[in-house]
Amino acid sequence: MTEEIVTIKNLSFGYPDGQQALNDINLTIYRGESVALVGPNGAGKSTLILHFNGVLRSNGHIRLLGKPIDDKNLKWVRSKVGLVFQNPDDQLFSPTVFDDVAFGPINMGYSDDEVHQAVTKALEMVGMAGFEKRSPHHLSIGEKKRIAIATVLSMSPEILVIDEPSSNLDPRGKWELIWVLESLPVTRVIVSHDLELVEALCQRVIILDRGQVAADGAAKDILADKELLAKHGLAMAEQG
Amino acid sequence: MKHSFLDRYSDRDSVIHRLDPRGKLVVTLAFIVAVVLTPFSSWLAYGLYFAVIAVLIALSRLPVSHFLKRSLVIIPFVLLMAVFIPFFKEGEVAGSYNLWLWQVSVTHSGLQVLWNIMAKAWLSILSLILLTSTASFTGILKGLEQLRMPKVIVMIMSFMYRYIFLLTDEVLRMKQARDSRNFGGGRKLWQIGTVGNMIGTLFIRSYERGERVYASMVARGFDGHSRTLERLCFSRRDALFIAVLGTALISIGLFNLIS
Repeated sequence: MTEEIVTIKNLSFGYPDGQQALNDINLTIYRGESVALVGPNGAGKSTLILHFNGVLRSNGHIRLLGKPIDDKNLKWVRSKVGLVFQNPDDQLFSPTVFDDVAFGPINMGYSDDEVHQAVTKALEMVGMAGFEKRSPHHLSIGEKKRIAIATVLSMSPEILVIDEPSSNLDPRGKWELIWVLESLPVTRVIVSHDLELVEALCQRVIILDRGQVAADGAAKDILADKELLAKHGLAMAEQG
Repeated sequence: MKHSFLDRYSDRDSVIHRLDPRGKLVVTLAFIVAVVLTPFSSWLAYGLYFAVIAVLIALSRLPVSHFLKRSLVIIPFVLLMAVFIPFFKEGEVAGSYNLWLWQVSVTHSGLQVLWNIMAKAWLSILSLILLTSTASFTGILKGLEQLRMPKVIVMIMSFMYRYIFLLTDEVLRMKQARDSRNFGGGRKLWQIGTVGNMIGTLFIRSYERGERVYASMVARGFDGHSRTLERLCFSRRDALFIAVLGTALISIGLFNLIS
């Protein structure tokens, strides 16, 4: 059996305003998988992925590589789980691309040489080598998205969690990003409701609706089940 | 989108551009202090300071018009503060006028103070324009950090540099959205309310963006300490630059004391 990267058992989470965002979630992500987390707006997808690296923590039992997430190992957790946020302008906050990609490695306490190596390697992996000196403000959205992915790749994470990679991208930008993601040799969790992207990248699909796992199975089965997709607001119901 | 408005021309190449930003920061600060401390009457000293800055500008090989245009920005601020001094300063009267009920008089020493303030402000702003046009903003930030400027302040400035253009873009988009729903101009007074709402919205959006940026920093191992790589190297050329400029400033000051 393949190694479990993230294991979530009985996870429930309510926001301070009383809104119940997650309700008894159980799921496991295995090494080498490419999993899509889909669901309508407000289903709790973003809340769920913030639990992956301990930004949010609650009653449930979340284990990363077999170890529970707690205060003491947060730094280790964050180097293993690469979280890419939806808006690259939130992810990229430094004056230059280099500083941004180097931010994680420096916080991890890498030496100067290691930082430079990690940055170069991460930028090569997303096809953005040579952009070190540029300012994020001057990049296109597609370029920003790729740099945002590089900012977590530079920490050599075990699992890459990406929130809405294709939002705001034109089709060409989207397909370029899909090819980049496809080429990355890491376990991936992709949050999206872009089913075209899901079909191209993922073998497994988890549908989240109203804080609960509504379906979990092979991508080809779930994507073919139009009725299930329509029920959870991911496709239009067939007319007639 | 405005591209690199703040540090335009900073990516060019010249003797001045190649200097270490720390050296340029120290020299700029020293220059401003020297200019500000120069007494009112020493016109020769002002001339010498101007000569120093003119030589540096020539060495930087940047268009002079860039300096002139940018330096004009300071004039309204200085004028606003200093324009009344000639009327209040006591001394020999240069001219007096009757304005309806009041008799106002302008004094020689008052005028001299006004010109001095203008000259000091202009020389200082020229040196700052030279600094920001020959060193990239990131270079200046790195320099400040290594000169032991508190890291919080350096971080605030770096965030400002990163997000100020995003904010400007956001304001422009909000303005377009407002104008496209605003039929026939509307009354001015009513518009003020809209502007107030826009400012409030902008504040909330920035606040929320701050939360998201923080989450993305935390997700990459940020624990409240800003760490950076040391990348600047201070060469013999930089030491020479500081030495030459330092000597020039000190000798102008001494010359002033003696004469």
